[in-house]
Amino acid sequence: MTIENKAEVEAIAHGIRRRVLEHTVLNNGGYLSQACSAAEILASLYGGLAKITPLEKPLDPRPFLGVPSETFKSYVTGAEFHGRQGPELDRIFMSPAHYALVIYAALIETKRLSESSLEKFNKDGSTVEMIGAEHSPGFETTTGSLAQALSQASGVAMARKFKKETGNVWVFMSDGEFQEGQTWEALAASSYHKLDNLKVIVDVNKNQCDGPMESVMSIEPLKQRVESFGWDVSVVDGNSIDEIFAAGTAKTDKPKIILCYTDPIRDIPILQERAPTLHYVRFSSPAEREKYKEFLEAWV
Amino acid sequence: MGYEIVNRPHVENFINWSKDKPKVLVVTADLTNSCEVGKWRDIYPERYISMGMAEQNMVSFAAGLAREGFEPWLHTFAVFLYRRPFDQLHLSVAYPNLPVRFVGFLPGITTPGGVTHQAIDDINALRGVPNMTILETGDATEVESVLDVAHKIDGPVYIRMLRGEVSRIFPKAEAMQFNQARVLSNGFDVTVISSGISTEEALRAIPALQEHGVSVQHLHISTLKPFDDPQVIESLKSAKHGIISMENHSVIGGLGSAVADLMAEHGIGKKLIKIGLKDTYAHGASQKYLLQKYGLGARSLIEATEKLMDKDLKISEEELSQTRVIDVHSTAKAEAL
Repeated sequence: MTIENKAEVEAIAHGIRRRVLEHTVLNNGGYLSQACSAAEILASLYGGLAKITPLEKPLDPRPFLGVPSETFKSYVTGAEFHGRQGPELDRIFMSPAHYALVIYAALIETKRLSESSLEKFNKDGSTVEMIGAEHSPGFETTTGSLAQALSQASGVAMARKFKKETGNVWVFMSDGEFQEGQTWEALAASSYHKLDNLKVIVDVNKNQCDGPMESVMSIEPLKQRVESFGWDVSVVDGNSIDEIFAAGTAKTDKPKIILCYTDPIRDIPILQERAPTLHYVRFSSPAEREKYKEFLEAWV
Repeated sequence: MGYEIVNRPHVENFINWSKDKPKVLVVTADLTNSCEVGKWRDIYPERYISMGMAEQNMVSFAAGLAREGFEPWLHTFAVFLYRRPFDQLHLSVAYPNLPVRFVGFLPGITTPGGVTHQAIDDINALRGVPNMTILETGDATEVESVLDVAHKIDGPVYIRMLRGEVSRIFPKAEAMQFNQARVLSNGFDVTVISSGISTEEALRAIPALQEHGVSVQHLHISTLKPFDDPQVIESLKSAKHGIISMENHSVIGGLGSAVADLMAEHGIGKKLIKIGLKDTYAHGASQKYLLQKYGLGARSLIEATEKLMDKDLKISEEELSQTRVIDVHSTAKAEAL
């Protein structure tokens, strides 16, 4: 297949990495490796794979006005950055909430979130939180306790079928979540209930907080495991826009999962020096920070 | 004293109630008949969702359904609704304040299922969950009318539900009212605040107390959170010798603790005796045996009153109203458990 706007999607991916690197250098830390691994996945989702409407102009993030409650009914979720909702339109649910910075960067690159929003990142009273909650840009649910998004989105997918809506429900997940029992409960349930409007896209970067997943708890062979739960599984190079689009648009009558095997230091090779622990970057010295700054400045 | 015994009041009542409510769904985890919704499933198969024995997924999945405008009524044993999926209950449902109904069967020691099946700390766990409303049924009338109370709440609701052979203590026409206690007797010596099946136990003891000259203010509670009914506050203030709470739950964090909070907040400096499980697990046995063994029954209320009044009332066992004995193998129970 050919992707009509491939150059544009590539530019989004590049912009995500650049923006996250900039922010990491500026703030002496950030979830940088997740931008390396997931940039093409998020660029694809926001660049045409998920059917969502554009915004007229980028929105500023709302200040934190309170949590949902009996007395705060006008609460608005971060799904407002995904455009209007309609029966024929797709929905995107973000599972790994610690990817927030990468997601905000993707929203900025796709003209959904204003450029200056990252100045509010992790600032008191802001919704541009370090770990996104459902008021944060791009988030429709609260999923930072990992593995809950797939179940929630499955419920939404079933409800949309009840309502005869034709739009798909996308879930962006990280591979570490396949260590959680709830993920397997959800995979079983959505397959049993034939939720063929469910599309899951996973950043398999093979890393987690304690280090490489192989040193913590293996989830392989992931393809065979998920397939045996009744899912249509594609394994792709997760840094290839062509492969992501091909898998994401293939027809299927089962719930679909795309296992995107990704490179956690993609385009920022100096990250290799921090291996094997890539989960969160906090510079160990002014010299290291300077090195990343120079790398950023030299980057076209 | 004998109450009318209603067999499986939830079965037909819930079917009729759901008829004109197309957004009401039933979601279960392999305890459909045990939670009296087997017939509901057969009548409304398109609104029935089987989730298998996977409560974490069930709770988050229900949140997704609720976000799309449906009203999922989760039916399983209480222990499986708040213990295993507590994180999901918090983050998927309570935080976004979604109208998911947790219908928890087998509260406290109402089951011979032992420690795995006895929800003895659910009120304690759930009072700390923001946005959560907690209701408890004490008889067949409340099993029937709790549906309307929960339905009107635009947020998550947890219900301690009764099943099988259920006494009708309150007239059928006197429906449960949200955050409104039932005043069952008026008096000034002691105030008794009871909930759930403990109310029936209290009602076995109170006539005997009255015979022996004790004036008892007795309130039945069906809304455990919020807990700020002015009638309760007034009744706490008016007790001359002290207050007794009586619940089918641990004495930590349940009705008794809610009463203690209220007393402290309103500066009501009186003695409080909390009848309930005294920071212990129970075990698998009949309800009658467990009520007696763990000091949750009518006799405990007599003893607590004597303690508050510093008086031996000399009430014999024969003076307590007849105990209702439920046959463990009754036909009203669809399953062994």
